Amino acid sequence: MGIKLRAVLAAFGMAAAVTAMSVQAQTKPTIKLIYTDPLSGPFAQVGDANLKQWQYVISYINATGGALGRKFELIPFDSKTQPAEALLALKAATDQNAPFLVHCSGSNIAAALIEAVDKHNARNPENRILYINCGAVATELTNEKCSFWHFRFDINVAQKVEVMVRALPKDIKKVYLLNQDYLFGQSVQRDAKIFLQKLRPDIQIVGDELIPLGKVKDFSPYVTKIKAAGAQALISGNWGPDINLLVKAGIESGSDLRYYTMYTHLAGGPTAMGPAADGKVLSVMPFTENLAPQLKNETAERFTKTFRDANKFEFTSATFRTILEYLQAAITKANSVDPVKIAYALEGLSQKDFLGYDTVMRKDDHQFISEYIVGNFAKGVKYDAEGTGLGWRPDTVILAKDLMQPTTCKMKRPAK
Amino acid sequence: MEVFFVSLLNGLVYGMLLFMLASGLTLIFSMMGVLNFAHASAYMLGAYFAYTLSLYVGFWWALLFAPVLCGLFGAGIEMYGLRRVHKNGHVAELLFTFGLALIIEKCVQMTWGLLPVPYRIPPTLDFALFDIYGTQFHAYRVFMLVISAAMFAAIWLALTRTRVGLIIQASLTHPEMVRSLGHDVPKVFTLVFASGTALAGLAGVIGGNYHTTDPAMAFTMGPIVFVVVVFGGLGSLLGCFIASLLMGLLQTFAVVLDYSTADLLKQFGMVVSSTHPMAELLNVPIPRIGALLPYILLVLILFFRPRGLMGTRDT
Repeated sequence: MGIKLRAVLAAFGMAAAVTAMSVQAQTKPTIKLIYTDPLSGPFAQVGDANLKQWQYVISYINATGGALGRKFELIPFDSKTQPAEALLALKAATDQNAPFLVHCSGSNIAAALIEAVDKHNARNPENRILYINCGAVATELTNEKCSFWHFRFDINVAQKVEVMVRALPKDIKKVYLLNQDYLFGQSVQRDAKIFLQKLRPDIQIVGDELIPLGKVKDFSPYVTKIKAAGAQALISGNWGPDINLLVKAGIESGSDLRYYTMYTHLAGGPTAMGPAADGKVLSVMPFTENLAPQLKNETAERFTKTFRDANKFEFTSATFRTILEYLQAAITKANSVDPVKIAYALEGLSQKDFLGYDTVMRKDDHQFISEYIVGNFAKGVKYDAEGTGLGWRPDTVILAKDLMQPTTCKMKRPAK
Repeated sequence: MEVFFVSLLNGLVYGMLLFMLASGLTLIFSMMGVLNFAHASAYMLGAYFAYTLSLYVGFWWALLFAPVLCGLFGAGIEMYGLRRVHKNGHVAELLFTFGLALIIEKCVQMTWGLLPVPYRIPPTLDFALFDIYGTQFHAYRVFMLVISAAMFAAIWLALTRTRVGLIIQASLTHPEMVRSLGHDVPKVFTLVFASGTALAGLAGVIGGNYHTTDPAMAFTMGPIVFVVVVFGGLGSLLGCFIASLLMGLLQTFAVVLDYSTADLLKQFGMVVSSTHPMAELLNVPIPRIGALLPYILLVLILFFRPRGLMGTRDT
């Protein structure tokens, strides 16, 4: 009997504690970010690495106090690299009244999300949502397709390509373009031609090719073709296995080719390239861990090292931290989590990032502009990538003010 | 010429890798009538086992043991899974292997993580063996060719020169008759299933470090293997061999042939202007549809010759 009574009392105690906790949680609800990216399928490792970095950054920002005394909460959804799946995540986000939908990978998905968010916000003025784009970079998304509800926190293809073309050494006269056959790859293809013609008319494009997204398993035939075309350098915006396997096949063929890429620094890239890639592969990237030691910025170095020690791979997405710092600042400035107010607070917001560089969320097209890095995959760096002994050496840092390309966006704004 | 030779070799390497995977599946498919969806998963497991083993005992022992592990795994699946499900017919078996493939993928993700593992080519084979027209041909690719050719010879001999092989061959075409003759057909099934998965495992061991070892590798390799099996025809190892090489060469050469239908028409004096309503479609170059070609062939062969290239029975 005594035992039973004690059990009942314990149960009551537990229930009371749980209620107390939920009451406390109700007074300070979290600020929800619904995050969707490929967490399965051929691009899963990119999505998974993104997710881990998001979680790290979220816990870091929450430790600094979140925003308005509320914590950020990241809820992941698998996009399976399919627009339809990402739209389900959007539905889940609006059902939960979340103010932010976060998505990084796949410009075709981003285009679908922009359209869906536009429609949703027009139809449901009481339940609006902002689309925080952390990596879908097709130039169109902040030009023709630009939207008030869409904020892109990575420089676009045209900007990346300009950086890349400027980094091409003078002795390179023949380049080969190879990109993925969808909105993003076509964007790279088009902009690369524009900037090559504008900045390096001496360069001849000896090949121009589109490959199906995530389908090619063996790139050696492509490498044979690239060599036969007499290319000295390959320009590719490919990401995930499409770049990893391509560079791997190229390095293994022993061809004297240099690689100008955008995403070899993402998960799986360094492993696929291996030590033979020393000095041959460049990536136009937002950040490398080797930048902080070069700047002698010890706090920034400690920040990335903590992640590396806990996750056994490197921290590449410094922009995620900047995004949260922007959201933190905008929410505080708007003194509200109302998406319209946050959006107006974000427009034109300008801050220094944790490395001390100037960044801005441009008002005209909601294109975020920050410093950008040309990284060289080489030996002898402080922090190597994926245990290969080689890592990304920041060869050039391009400042935000040098990346201000004009936009054609004509934005429609809602009433404040 | 240069492109032709290099592509030919590349196509052969890829084709032989496909054959290693597909040969096991052909045997299983022909004998049990089940398209084993988990077959490519055995390929993935082979690569992961080899990676883990190579950390402790080196690549060469891994090359030996990883396929054996896969074979044991396959035997277990057959004896305790498929045989039980078999009672409920082929659809149940099909769904069983499909579910199994998903479970294996999840298990691999949970055990080894989502990131590709650094499973590398052994240093002893990591050098350029010869040079053709300035393109280095890696020793490892020659090794792959040798292993797969040796394996082809071994299966061929086993099937045609041994008693077990004769029974297997008989069960391929007349399973009912073999049973009536008093042979232990379930045992033969287990044997074939186990060897099939072991072969897929072997393909994984040598294919995993040639490509990348990640949890998506089964998913990306699976469909093309089915194409090979169906295209080659039921019950025919030779058909499977031809189909594998054909698919390997087809995909390799599709990449380097930069022509479109419009170019072909031009040969006959027909010029496709950009205003033509079909211009977009006719101007698509072959490399852009290269990955689709095997599936187009699959549809065509099912349409015109449902038993496959060398098939002895209808699918």
